[in-house]
Amino acid sequence: MEDCLSKKMEITVSEAEKRTGRNAVNMQETYTAYLIETRAVESQSEGQCAPVDSLWRRYSEFELLRNYLSVTYPHIVVPPLPEKRADFVWHKLSADNMDPDFVERRRIGLENFLLRVASHPVLCQDKIFYSFLTQEGGWKEMVNETGFQLKADSRLKALNATFRVKNPDKRFTELKHYSDELQSVISHLLRVRARVADRLYGVYKVHGNYGRVFSEWSAIEKEMGDGLQSAGHHMDVYAASIDDILEEEEHYADQLKEYLFYAEALRAVCRKHELMQYDLEMAAQDLTSKKQQCEELATGTVRTFSLKGMTSKLFGQETPEQREAKIKVLEEQIQEGEEQLKSKNLEGRDFVKSAWADIERFKEQKNHDLKEALISYAVMQISMCKKGIQVWTNAKECFSKM
Amino acid sequence: DTSLAEVNSFSPSMPISPSSMINQYKFEDEPELRDLFITVDDPESHITAIETFITYRVVTKTSRGEFDSSEYEVRRRYQDFLWLKSKLEEAHPTLIIPPLPEKFIMKGMVERFSDEFIETRRKALHKFLNRIADHPTLTFNEDFKIFLTAQAWELSSHKKQGPGLLSRMGQTVRAVASSVRGGVKNRPEMFTEMNDYMETFSQKINVLDKIAHRIYKEEREYFNEMKEYGPIYTLWSASEEDTADSLKGVASCIDKCCKATEKRMAGLSENLLPILHEYVLYSEILMGVLKRRDHIQGELDSKIDALANKKTEKDLFSEEIGKLEDKVECANNALKADWERWKQNMQCDMRSTFTNVAENNLRYYEECLATWESFLASQRVDLHVEENSEDRP
Repeated sequence: MEDCLSKKMEITVSEAEKRTGRNAVNMQETYTAYLIETRAVESQSEGQCAPVDSLWRRYSEFELLRNYLSVTYPHIVVPPLPEKRADFVWHKLSADNMDPDFVERRRIGLENFLLRVASHPVLCQDKIFYSFLTQEGGWKEMVNETGFQLKADSRLKALNATFRVKNPDKRFTELKHYSDELQSVISHLLRVRARVADRLYGVYKVHGNYGRVFSEWSAIEKEMGDGLQSAGHHMDVYAASIDDILEEEEHYADQLKEYLFYAEALRAVCRKHELMQYDLEMAAQDLTSKKQQCEELATGTVRTFSLKGMTSKLFGQETPEQREAKIKVLEEQIQEGEEQLKSKNLEGRDFVKSAWADIERFKEQKNHDLKEALISYAVMQISMCKKGIQVWTNAKECFSKM
Repeated sequence: DTSLAEVNSFSPSMPISPSSMINQYKFEDEPELRDLFITVDDPESHITAIETFITYRVVTKTSRGEFDSSEYEVRRRYQDFLWLKSKLEEAHPTLIIPPLPEKFIMKGMVERFSDEFIETRRKALHKFLNRIADHPTLTFNEDFKIFLTAQAWELSSHKKQGPGLLSRMGQTVRAVASSVRGGVKNRPEMFTEMNDYMETFSQKINVLDKIAHRIYKEEREYFNEMKEYGPIYTLWSASEEDTADSLKGVASCIDKCCKATEKRMAGLSENLLPILHEYVLYSEILMGVLKRRDHIQGELDSKIDALANKKTEKDLFSEEIGKLEDKVECANNALKADWERWKQNMQCDMRSTFTNVAENNLRYYEECLATWESFLASQRVDLHVEENSEDRP
């Protein structure tokens, strides 16, 4: 198997810049552009530094790329984009898309997205993706020329299929339930985590009030003054430390968010399967009914009630010639139908096979990433505890000298 | 330690050097030298036709000769404590009488007879009596002895003697009012310094009290959110296979940290909050004591002013003035000594309370650290095992 693009090319989203421009309805708008830098990996091993190529893209172009990939590779669990708007915020973060912290986290999320696609065995080979990374001008036109929008399944069609499909592959049904559970539990987790962060912020910041009071109090004390003053300083340090701690925790939240959005990608694959299966079932049903019609016309027996049968009883039967013609048409349709059914069946089985292979790959990736995320969360907690121990040890020393 | 033994005999003829004075003021830190032990416990509700009230059991154990027995058990209600405090104030107007818990709690949602309120009050009453017991002068007060030893009916009849509660309250009120008129212009430098100190101290201690309550509130809200947080990881583990153990591990860590935070909160409410509150009340008491001293001084000053206007009856006046001068000197000396003692105690209390707060926080962080470190170790072991099994052919 070919090496993934990620092994041949270094990809980074290195900068974000505010821009103003005119939008589709010629109104002025402000948006953020992201700088994508790429560099070939091979030449580095020769001790030379390969030249860096770069181009600017905005979030909507990323969205276009992802839509294209989702439609073109419906059997793949396509990596999700970072959120469009800040969600699950706790009070300090603004929900403003222009907020520098949000922009920074989005930059990292977009880089992560590109790296995920570049290391996917199938997606990394896509030409449109490659052009996205390397071709500044005319990329949008190139994407639109693929006509991928036409291939997209309508939401309504997909919903219909979900309700009416009779025999979907059990594994996909289970996967759908799993992805619903995953989405629900991660949303809940992110919401509560945000509230916990908010409260933790409150605890730390309130301790900052000690600093000023201790300082003012120390002015009237002779023996206690020094102890109070220096303890107050440590309380200020304690209060200030929470900002970095919570900033780091946002990265953990972002890791969880990625899998929250991955749940949607999983569901999309399941939907596609249901659609294909429903299509197959409808085609089989249609074929069966046509065969039946043909049989009835040929043998002259009416096994099932049909309006045609009734009308012919009431208004007289057809002529043999008419019947022959009908049978002929039906036979042609039946043959077409059988071929179509065969190919649909094949398509369906191929889809299930390749989709399931990617789902297994995804599961392994998810298990690995989740474990890593939990470990990094533990590391963050440990670091927070160590900082706390240091501050309070210092404070205790100051208090004991009062 | 011989120097300690010398000083604690309370003999007025002993030379009082600064260092030995400090040892004397640290009296309460050495319980083995105490000869009076008091506990306040067992709140009980009493319902009569007219009212409902709570009594507390007061148990006294002593080796002092002037007590007939070595052990006493009596029941006292809040009113009785109020009576004791006012008797002590009457007998020693310029000594710093320890604070009583307030009659009502204005703020907060604590009901008058809720368990929390009663327990807080009980602890404060216990503190009150012990502070009196530790005070070099107040501990020998006769009313104090009666309070600790008399049966209910004995106490009632004793209370009925002497001026009523209202008239005694009136004393302080008049003292506060009269300080506006007199006693300030001839106030010795030391007491002006004391006054200035107390004004600032009072401000700061009130702010600290508010900060401490705020911290408690924030910690409680944090605890409430944490309680919900851990179980979500457990819920998630139910949908996962490979990562179920890791998720459960995180859930258990969070739950442990949650319990640790509860302990931290308890530490605050048992230690820091009551002490700060006590000193808020102390600052009011001290302002009152300063005013009473000023009032006593004011009496002297106004008599002297009156004398200046009357050339006759000089002899009569000079006897009165002599008495007042003595009264002022006594009051000043008592306050001066008690002030030094109070300051030492305050320093000691603040040092031990805040050190305790720091220790509480240290314990909290150390517990959480241990929890997360053991989780991390378990995860790294798992990863290592996985890597090894992959290496094998």
